[in-house]
Amino acid sequence: MTDVSQQAEVPDNVVGGTASVTDPGRRRSPLTIAVVVVVVLVLAAAPLFLAPFATTTLTRLLVFGLLAVSLDLLVGVTGLPSLGHAAYFGAGAYAAGWVSVHVTAAIPVPLLVGAVVGGVAAAATGWVAVRSAGVYFLMLTLAIGEVLAQLAQSWDSVTGGANGLSGIPAARLGGEPLVNAGYLYWYVLVVGLVAFALVWLLARSPFGAALRGIRDNEPRMRAIGYPTVVHKYAAFVAAGTVAGAAGSLLAAQQRLVTPSDLGFTTAALVLLAVVIGGAGTLWGPVVGAAVVILVRDALGPGLGGHGELLLGIVFVLVVYLLPRGAAGLAGLRPFRRRRP
Amino acid sequence: MTPALSCHGLRRSFGALRAVDDVDLTVEAGARHALIGPNGAGKSTVFRLLSGRMRPDAGTVRLADRDVTRLSEVARCRLGMSQTLQHTSLFASLTAAETVALAVRRHGPTGGGARIEPWPRRHPAVDARCAELLADVGLADVAARPVPALSHGERKQLEVALALACAPTVLMLDEPAAGMSPAESARLLALLDGLPREVTVLFVEHDLDLVFDLADRVTVLHLGRVLLSGTPDEVRASDAVREAYLGTGRREELFTS
Repeated sequence: MTDVSQQAEVPDNVVGGTASVTDPGRRRSPLTIAVVVVVVLVLAAAPLFLAPFATTTLTRLLVFGLLAVSLDLLVGVTGLPSLGHAAYFGAGAYAAGWVSVHVTAAIPVPLLVGAVVGGVAAAATGWVAVRSAGVYFLMLTLAIGEVLAQLAQSWDSVTGGANGLSGIPAARLGGEPLVNAGYLYWYVLVVGLVAFALVWLLARSPFGAALRGIRDNEPRMRAIGYPTVVHKYAAFVAAGTVAGAAGSLLAAQQRLVTPSDLGFTTAALVLLAVVIGGAGTLWGPVVGAAVVILVRDALGPGLGGHGELLLGIVFVLVVYLLPRGAAGLAGLRPFRRRRP
Repeated sequence: MTPALSCHGLRRSFGALRAVDDVDLTVEAGARHALIGPNGAGKSTVFRLLSGRMRPDAGTVRLADRDVTRLSEVARCRLGMSQTLQHTSLFASLTAAETVALAVRRHGPTGGGARIEPWPRRHPAVDARCAELLADVGLADVAARPVPALSHGERKQLEVALALACAPTVLMLDEPAAGMSPAESARLLALLDGLPREVTVLFVEHDLDLVFDLADRVTVLHLGRVLLSGTPDEVRASDAVREAYLGTGRREELFTS
């Protein structure tokens, strides 16, 4: 239960707006909209200016960013810190890869299969997890993640075992394979933006409001008639579905899926991205994912493999300097509310 | 007429302590029923057993003509039982209006329940009902203020608005006036007094002036048992109640009004 007296921020500028008071998210300033438009345009134009390698890094970043957004639905919006979220990412990646190899690589088949398998995996394993809370939830999701990672490791005939699922053909759009790094980037960007928009709408809906109520004070939500376990389960399955979709993008980008993609390291890194970026804002974790990928993949090799060390230092600094993550920086300016 | 809420043979022990010991309680439909008693009498435990937050060791709870003993707190709330808690328990990241909107959306702006939609949509009826409830409890001016920025008294008022937003047939208030200023307390009294008679009110309160102003029925608990159940006048006149509150050796006037 959250003790409300602990937190005393008083944004008095929010009083007396004209829009619906039950729904403050509707009040978007023109500046916010302009920032969103510019970010989307820059992302869309990026491959025109970047070298193929940089484009590929940006693609990986978007994939990881979408995974972080799906985890933020659990961690930031619902208050369920999961250490096993990579399992559904990996399940979606293996499913999309397997379908691409054995059935068809035509878009959107691998994407839909990845999303459905991610959702089904979350539905099959989530009920046990959402009935617990706090550190028990953390441990149960960790256990579920490890079980699925072990399954990927040992189910040779489908997953390729420790070598991973290799030889995934390029995703095809209208018969044309997306071998060009720029086209692949645009595919990932479009899917990522649509999925982000869907998660955003979900978080802003009455259902999303109920999830935030559960995060703040679950016993009180039960007292006003919300079956909170059902809501948490629905959020868990939705997050697993989006993670599965992100996994299908990983399969399309890497053309290889290995057990490490759904292991503990990936799960911990994505949770790190959510915290660094600012849990509960949805867009913050994308920034966090960018920091994690850039530090680990772009700066790491230049540091002789000490990328993880630098990541640890960044994490400690963020916790102390930016308690609400990178998204908290935007809150310093008066035009921005911190809630999605 | 069927009582709005009743319990029979309710028991609950914590280790060796019999917090609630064979309690029978009948709250008539439309009553303003007060539950009083010295500290440790078991009032809050009775509340938790009635609301379903806690399971009784023995006994039954009936809501109108339905046995709800085995139903969860959520199900009881959906059937019309709504409560405020002794210690304010709200949502730290929501505003006052958003808090009330949670319950209004769940139970529908006119009662009867509603779907929780997974996509954003404007609901003017929900907004209107929230504004009305907040105005009723005197929070219209601070509707857009986050809960942590509300004063203690305002939070208590918000608790009442939240409970009323559940469209209850039985409203259960655990010390609704605790920590309120006299003005806030008077407003609360007026609000509860003005509720339609279809809403039955059961409340725990230490402020005996409020109890005798509002209640038409009073049950006194002492050491987990019902000491007396009667009209306010009977309770005022009772020696047993006086002894429970003040001990046997004292003869001061407890009820001055």
